Amino acid sequence: MAVPKKLPNGAGLLIAFVSLVAFDRGFSLLDNAYLNQVLILAGINIVLAVSLNLINGFTGQFSIGHAGFMAIGAYVSAAASVYLSVPFFSFVENSLGWPIAAGQLLFFPFLLALGGLAAALAGFLVGFPVLRLRGDYLAIATLGFGEIIRVLILNVEAVGGARGLSVASPDPRYDIRYEGLFAVFGIVVLTVWALARLSYSIRGRAYLAVRDDEVAAESIGVSAARIKSEAFVISSFFAGLAGVLFAQSQGYVHTNSFTFLRSIEAIAFVVLGGMGSITGCILAAVALTVAPEVLRPVAEYRMVAYAFILIAMMLLRPGGLLGMKEFSWGWFFRRKEKPS
Amino acid sequence: MEVFLQQLINGVAWGSIYALIALGYTMVYGVLKLINFAHGEVYMVGAMTGYYVARWLGVDANPSAGGLLIVLLAAMMVCAALGMLIERIAYRPLRRAPRLAPLITAIGVSLLLQNLGQIVFGADPKVAPGLLSSRVLVQAGSIAVTSLQVVIFAVSLSLCAGLTFAVHRTRMGKAMRAVSFDREAAALMGIPIDRVIAYTFALGSALAAAAGILVGLSNPKIDPLMGVMPGLKAFVAAVLGGIGSIPGAMLGGVLMGIAETMVSGYLSSTYRDAIAFVILIGVLVLRPEGLLGKPEREKV
Amino acid sequence: MKSSRLGMGLLAALALAWGCQKKEAGEIRIGEYGSLTGNTATFGQSTHKGVLLAVEEANAAGGVLGKKITLITEDDQSKPEEARTAALKLIRQDKVIALIGEVASSRSLAAAPEAQRAKIPMISSASTNPQVTQVGDFIFRACFIDPFQGGTMARFAFEDLKVRRVAMLVDIKNDYSVGLSQFFEKTFKELGGEIIASESYSEGDIEFRAQLTKIRESKPEAIFVPGYYTEAGLIAKQARELGLAIPLLGGDGWDSTVTLEIGKEAVEGVYFSNHYASDDPSPRIQEFIAKFKKRWEGEVPDAMAVLGYDAANMLLDAIRRAGEPDPIKIRDQLAATKEFAGVTGDMMIDADRNARKPIVILKIEGGKFKFVKSLAPQ
Repeated sequence: MAVPKKLPNGAGLLIAFVSLVAFDRGFSLLDNAYLNQVLILAGINIVLAVSLNLINGFTGQFSIGHAGFMAIGAYVSAAASVYLSVPFFSFVENSLGWPIAAGQLLFFPFLLALGGLAAALAGFLVGFPVLRLRGDYLAIATLGFGEIIRVLILNVEAVGGARGLSVASPDPRYDIRYEGLFAVFGIVVLTVWALARLSYSIRGRAYLAVRDDEVAAESIGVSAARIKSEAFVISSFFAGLAGVLFAQSQGYVHTNSFTFLRSIEAIAFVVLGGMGSITGCILAAVALTVAPEVLRPVAEYRMVAYAFILIAMMLLRPGGLLGMKEFSWGWFFRRKEKPS
Repeated sequence: MEVFLQQLINGVAWGSIYALIALGYTMVYGVLKLINFAHGEVYMVGAMTGYYVARWLGVDANPSAGGLLIVLLAAMMVCAALGMLIERIAYRPLRRAPRLAPLITAIGVSLLLQNLGQIVFGADPKVAPGLLSSRVLVQAGSIAVTSLQVVIFAVSLSLCAGLTFAVHRTRMGKAMRAVSFDREAAALMGIPIDRVIAYTFALGSALAAAAGILVGLSNPKIDPLMGVMPGLKAFVAAVLGGIGSIPGAMLGGVLMGIAETMVSGYLSSTYRDAIAFVILIGVLVLRPEGLLGKPEREKV
Repeated sequence: MKSSRLGMGLLAALALAWGCQKKEAGEIRIGEYGSLTGNTATFGQSTHKGVLLAVEEANAAGGVLGKKITLITEDDQSKPEEARTAALKLIRQDKVIALIGEVASSRSLAAAPEAQRAKIPMISSASTNPQVTQVGDFIFRACFIDPFQGGTMARFAFEDLKVRRVAMLVDIKNDYSVGLSQFFEKTFKELGGEIIASESYSEGDIEFRAQLTKIRESKPEAIFVPGYYTEAGLIAKQARELGLAIPLLGGDGWDSTVTLEIGKEAVEGVYFSNHYASDDPSPRIQEFIAKFKKRWEGEVPDAMAVLGYDAANMLLDAIRRAGEPDPIKIRDQLAATKEFAGVTGDMMIDADRNARKPIVILKIEGGKFKFVKSLAPQ
């Protein structure tokens, strides 16, 4: 496995911040809401893919219920916007005496934390019974949980049930949605950074150990159960974040957005990109988000094409586009070296 | 009490459909350790084949037992071929690959068949040919048993018995058991693995086709997406009964049908879909080998 | 810094080039977004057939305001976020001046805010959730809303059928069904009736005996089934098999030949509310059915198709009255629609931008939908 030579660090984060601002401003100039929508969906898919990669790629556990965690993040944050915005902002304004702008700045992390932690909690609870299962059983069990979560949400009238929920505050002063490219891609960058650091750290090694040979890992003191659970919880947390971004950008949540098909799409990103390659997942997520837009003239065959990709990838290149490697600039420059 | 009995009857009849589909899952899993996600779609193709064959032969205009038999056989043959084709193209090349690869291809094939089905057959629901008319056979108070329910249960049971016979009394069946026990050893003993596996798929798919035809008799709406939920639930049924065990699949199927019906009838129909998955997780956690399966030790 | 500005400029130019579609001078662009694929593909495809028929007719007659109507249709895969994406593409990329869509209220709710934001009028053919038009003053609909239809059926059950104890079998995955049932229950209780049982199923189900057996226990006088034709026929069939010979009631979701094909004798005697009666000898209706059959190879139009047709025509009519293809003027004209002669009735758009039109109650008799009565909007 190729460990990328330059890991992102603090300075890198600053560069990322500046690029984000430029990115956001640049695209606002274009004023193309359609383009923004595609970019945002791509960003959300990146978060989903990279978080799923932690379980599937790095820890080798096959989870096909990821949409369920995303749903929790989306619904919890949507409900928070509807039911908690007034108390939150009132608290900020009246009890703390800060201006509304401060509240607006703080509300986003508040929503993210709520959505992410709720999803992480679900991940923990789901992981409990499920993580001792093997390969395909684990897959089906996670699929089951994804469906159970969806059915449960469908039955909660307070978040709309079959009618869905519009993400809006009852008080127009506090009605804010974080749908800008800066907000979305800020989280995307943070997610990739955090997961990259985790995956290529000593802890990440433990994940790989569990993936490669669980029994052997146990024998050298790596608690497989603990690792798997940890991966699940962390992964669910970020899936929850993806959900929050979804709710905020789309402005309306409905369980139809979080079906088994969504979980499969997430799997497709990871499979196509390479189970274990973060950059691979990013590329695949972007490609599979943009491709349907480009293929609109043949929209009828879009899902057929999707299915073909899944099958073809597994038959021809099961490692995915990038396999276990990360994208490195060195690949471009290697040819310039002359053999001595 | 009457209600309970009626619900029980409903559950058993409905569960027989799950049983037939579950048989295919369990056989394939026994032999290949693979969850054939596309199995639900084979069931759908069976139903669709029945629809087109019946119309082509003009059988739906005059229902008869003979007509039903022809349609059934046609559907079973088509699906057997389809099953073998899927195995050959999507699963065989991946026999040496890590377990997740064929699982993903299976999902891919499932999606492919669903969407191709929508394009080829059209997305609108079709009426399955009424090949057998239904009469109320038994009426005791408010409990009603229709002839169709009896037929479905009887056909499922006989197909299951036939399958058990085939697996335990024929040479091919013995080969199948050998392959599911230890594939490498079976190959070393001269058993043609590819052929046995193809045969397994053919059998399982034929049974799914039968399920598709039968379900069309009692619940005559068919559409390209009809296999998704029954496919998943039948898999749960197979796990419940003990994956790899044929009587287990039958038992699991019937139990699933009863469980779903009882939950709808006595608890709340809103959670009916979730019940299957709760059962699944319950079984996997409490008794992973299923009701009739044998516990497996994981070898290092 | 010059190079970066050049770079930005190049980027912007490229984007602009991609963004601007070549627009023919003599054409009016209308966008349609619907579920052409996915698990509700049958509804989107049906609607599309109605919309396309209307557009083709208009073009054959010389277009609108002398210009050809270009209908750009985008698929939303039966997903809410894709509905938003499709709507955005139509608005921003294809620069349509109006939008038609969607059938499902959830998808209409996902896309409507964008239409409102862009000040492009949107008309939904079949979304019945009252919230859809509340999104803003650019959002309209050509169909009944749940309170009206649910209330009407409740009144019919109470006053005409004289039943007092009704059970409901609701599709909980479907906001149309849930909405109708909520308003039916509300009105029926207000009138003095009782909802003695309420069971649910999911769209796509084919087995309802468990729920029907439970309903049978409560001994209802009628069952309200506000679902779609994809399940209606089966529900009726299984109800009869279980010995439930009581009247079944439904909404316009029952309107399709599929109901008759699947239900056969079991649906005899079913009452459901609808937009029009296909046995209505009125030339408007009969001509439409004939035209539709001719265009779509003998297919009989269902509720989705006819609503799509009316929605499209209502829009075209508003464009004509506006005098120019300006979205704001079109919106104003839509809002001012006082008498639009649709196939589904003479409609007016009320202050909430919902269509006001008479509702008809139909009875299934002899394998056909027969007119029972018509109720004017309040």
